[in-house]
Amino acid sequence: MMKVWKNLFKGLVRENPVLVLLLGTCPTLAMSQSVSNALGMGLAATAVLICSNFVISLLRNVIPDKVRIPCYIVVIAAFVTVVEMLMHAFLPSLYDALGTFLSLIVVNCIILGRAEMYASKNGVFDSVIDAVGMGLGFTLALFCMATVREVFGAGTFMGIDVPVIKSFTVPILKEASGGFFVFGVLIALVNKLFKREPKKEFSCAGCPSAAFCSLKREDSSCEGKESEGV
Amino acid sequence: MIKEIFRIILLSVLVNNYVLTKFLGICPFLGVSKKTDQALGMGAAVTFVMLLATAVTHPIYYYVLKTFKLEYMQTIVFILVIASLVQLVEIILKKYIPALHKSLGIYLPLITTNCAVLGICANNIKDGYGFINAMASALGCGLGFLLAMLLFAGVRSRIESSDPPKCFRGVPITLVSAAIVALSFSGFAGIIETLFA
Repeated sequence: MMKVWKNLFKGLVRENPVLVLLLGTCPTLAMSQSVSNALGMGLAATAVLICSNFVISLLRNVIPDKVRIPCYIVVIAAFVTVVEMLMHAFLPSLYDALGTFLSLIVVNCIILGRAEMYASKNGVFDSVIDAVGMGLGFTLALFCMATVREVFGAGTFMGIDVPVIKSFTVPILKEASGGFFVFGVLIALVNKLFKREPKKEFSCAGCPSAAFCSLKREDSSCEGKESEGV
Repeated sequence: MIKEIFRIILLSVLVNNYVLTKFLGICPFLGVSKKTDQALGMGAAVTFVMLLATAVTHPIYYYVLKTFKLEYMQTIVFILVIASLVQLVEIILKKYIPALHKSLGIYLPLITTNCAVLGICANNIKDGYGFINAMASALGCGLGFLLAMLLFAGVRSRIESSDPPKCFRGVPITLVSAAIVALSFSGFAGIIETLFA
């Protein structure tokens, strides 16, 4: 039981996919302008991650090693399409707000990364738990970033005005450059709080292309960046 | 016609820059921008793949998916087509033009599952561009990516020799400086309206 909890919570803090493993940066930056969009994006990705980890873990002995990446992509793309259609039908406003980024969940490195790094090697139950933890970690990171950007950038929280701050907003935080800035500061904060050795580079561990990336072979800058404890 | 194409290219290079204002393709932007020659190779490869992917997915959408009312299959079909196309091109380059493969081909597998490439294909469909306009938009986005990579490679070579606080070292300071580069691009916001008024 202890192991299950540990597995679940590692995604939230110790191995947070966004702030520690530095995966899925694109949706994090793009969808953190408002808290409600961030939550929608996070939960949509979590749903896809849980389903894909479940199916890939079930099929892990069936999928031939050489064509595993295309197989994973098909599974993930199928679930993304399902989520896309459900959201279009039941949450049309969120569907419009997420726009292309909803279909871009397919190429979100968190999902492919977990399929490659975890679901392809572990049992079904463990993989689902891992997916829940990682998905919630992604949502949590998005939520933190969106809170900062929305409260200080627009003076609102989930569309509701925040008193006092409303009159002293920093609109640039809502712009593209504010996204980069808040993300950088947030990572620095996590480094400071947890006294982590700061990461020098973006990790290749979760990159779906890492297996056949020739840059990795030629340039040793990618080596030794595997996430610990997996 | 020419004016429209020029407008679309300029729009996607400066105003709607994929990396700095739309946040697509951040991983290669931050990962491969350490050296100028790498940035150039990556940018050229992305431009090439964007053009190729648009040239293939655009007709597929309008002549296959739309004809058979399978629009909802867009995501699955596009990602598979792009992935296999890139692999194919890499194999061909490796076999027949090894010199080009050496300078450009090594970046190709990295771009297979790049969100900027899938994003440009999906956005072209969403914007309802015709084939010529879609190609212009793909070219513009690729060049915009190249420009952002090159600019940022220059910035990064300065960061390497700077001495930020310990917790900011590495990725955080890179992101904060990307914020400043992005800020400079937001200055282009009104340029299209002024130029093509």
